[in-house]
Amino acid sequence: MTSDQAIHARFQVIWPGFTLDVDLELPGRGVTALFGHSGSGKTTLLRCLAGLERHNIGSLHFKGEVWQDSARGICRPTYRRPLGYVFQEASLFPHLSVRKNLDYGRKRANGGHKVSLGHVVELLGIDHLLDRMPDRLSGGERQRVAVARALATGPELLLMDEPLAALDLKRKNEILPYLERLHDELDIPVFYVSHSPDEVARLADHVVLLSEGRVMVAGGLRETLARLDLPTAFTEDAGVVIEAVVAEHDAVYHLTRLDFPGGSVAVARRPESLKRRLRFRVHARDVSLALARAEGTSITNLLPATVIEVADADTPAHVLVRLDAGGTPLIARITRRSLDHLGIAPGKPLWAQIKAVALLT
Amino acid sequence: MLSNVNLAAVWLTLKLATLTTVILLTVGTPIAWWLARTRSKWKGVIGAVVALPLVLPPTVLGFYLLIALGPQGPVGQLTQFLGWGVLPFTFTGLVVASVFYSMPFVVQPLQQAFEAIGARPLEVAATLRASPWDAFCTVVLPLAKPGFITASILGFAHTVGEFGVVLMIGGNIPEKTRVVSVQIYDHVEALEYAEAHVLAGGMLLFSFLVLLALYSRQRASAWK
Repeated sequence: MTSDQAIHARFQVIWPGFTLDVDLELPGRGVTALFGHSGSGKTTLLRCLAGLERHNIGSLHFKGEVWQDSARGICRPTYRRPLGYVFQEASLFPHLSVRKNLDYGRKRANGGHKVSLGHVVELLGIDHLLDRMPDRLSGGERQRVAVARALATGPELLLMDEPLAALDLKRKNEILPYLERLHDELDIPVFYVSHSPDEVARLADHVVLLSEGRVMVAGGLRETLARLDLPTAFTEDAGVVIEAVVAEHDAVYHLTRLDFPGGSVAVARRPESLKRRLRFRVHARDVSLALARAEGTSITNLLPATVIEVADADTPAHVLVRLDAGGTPLIARITRRSLDHLGIAPGKPLWAQIKAVALLT
Repeated sequence: MLSNVNLAAVWLTLKLATLTTVILLTVGTPIAWWLARTRSKWKGVIGAVVALPLVLPPTVLGFYLLIALGPQGPVGQLTQFLGWGVLPFTFTGLVVASVFYSMPFVVQPLQQAFEAIGARPLEVAATLRASPWDAFCTVVLPLAKPGFITASILGFAHTVGEFGVVLMIGGNIPEKTRVVSVQIYDHVEALEYAEAHVLAGGMLLFSFLVLLALYSRQRASAWK
């Protein structure tokens, strides 16, 4: 069953040594991360959605419209699809100024929902760059212009192919806040290709995990990251993302308390004001387990939790334990010996000790 | 200064080279585009055919063109059927021959320019709602401008410098097919060295200036 607001994509691309074979029902809003290692087919899938991959068989229904149906010989060419595409390298037209780059798509995109150029320029903070030529921009600026150029067409679907991959950490941190603003302000579905778990955790609402051209898992961000049945390659980086609210600032110890369903954690003082929403990531390797509430320990972030399941980790010495901490999923990576010593099994109540959290802002 | 016969030869040469260059830019652009983009197995064959005049003696090319365009040749039969007569020993025949002879000098720089642009700008343009033709005009043509300039200069200069093909297909008819290179040959045969000097010196200077312009352009763009 295809609901009218969803995107249904079924693609098959066969190359020597690589096959992409996916059948996905994707949400018609929010940011969906296409996640996986290089060679997993994320970019190919994105190109299929855009109609740039000519040799694919399948179908694509976008919110009730048929964009592709190979069985009926239908394939709408890219330039007739109301989408925006941000390539890995900014790919600005070198012979046009920033302003003319922005105008290129905007002038051709009649119909669709028109966006104000001023708003897009303001959203990405590029108003001071409009009269420059692309070769006079930094990598981060170029990528911001590329995002603005895609948005200026008033797309109904935004596709981004690792827009940060070509940038160093400093430039990444320069552009990420703009992408987060997009997430908050745009009302269109965004597909975001990435191989960085932190980027995914920070930006995505949904995740499609690809491996060797196939979909391993697809679903909401929190549920997906908390699953243990992912390929071993991913459990190395296992962890969960928790969305919390800034609840209290402690002036004496310079701490901030973050509340979430099932508990709270204290972190070093944050600049955000009270009630702001924040996402943070808890790596499985930063969670240890105790049978009783530990006393006399330096770890202050303790949460009561129940064991849901136990699975193999990336090494034979370790296991991953999935927990439910009052509605918030957690994953702990502990040794197999500890598992046996503590008698950990599904249903067992215990205490999770969180050694560190990584705030995603 | 230039005598009347020399002036006529210069004028004829410029007319031939200009017309040939214009035709070659029109015909060569789609061929170069196809060669740059295709994955067809015919790419090698067509590329080799286009490049043939680079290695063939002009007399061989001229010989086959003479036969093809002549009264008994397939093209000759067609042109007679269409009421155009036969092309050898006419200015039109010379233009046709020059187009073949100078083809690689126009097609190859264009092909290289198109290949250097790659597929990405076209994909970007498609995601910005530009149809393929629109993208070609607004993205490929401006980006390939240096290639078009190089192709025009080389095509023009090479046509000015042709000799063997002209003799084979055009002969030596004043104001119709007697271009500068043939005129020089005539002067030398008639021992009119002073006249020959004027034209030969002029050609030398022209060729040097053309190549100078070309190489300084390439240097300038490399610096940029």
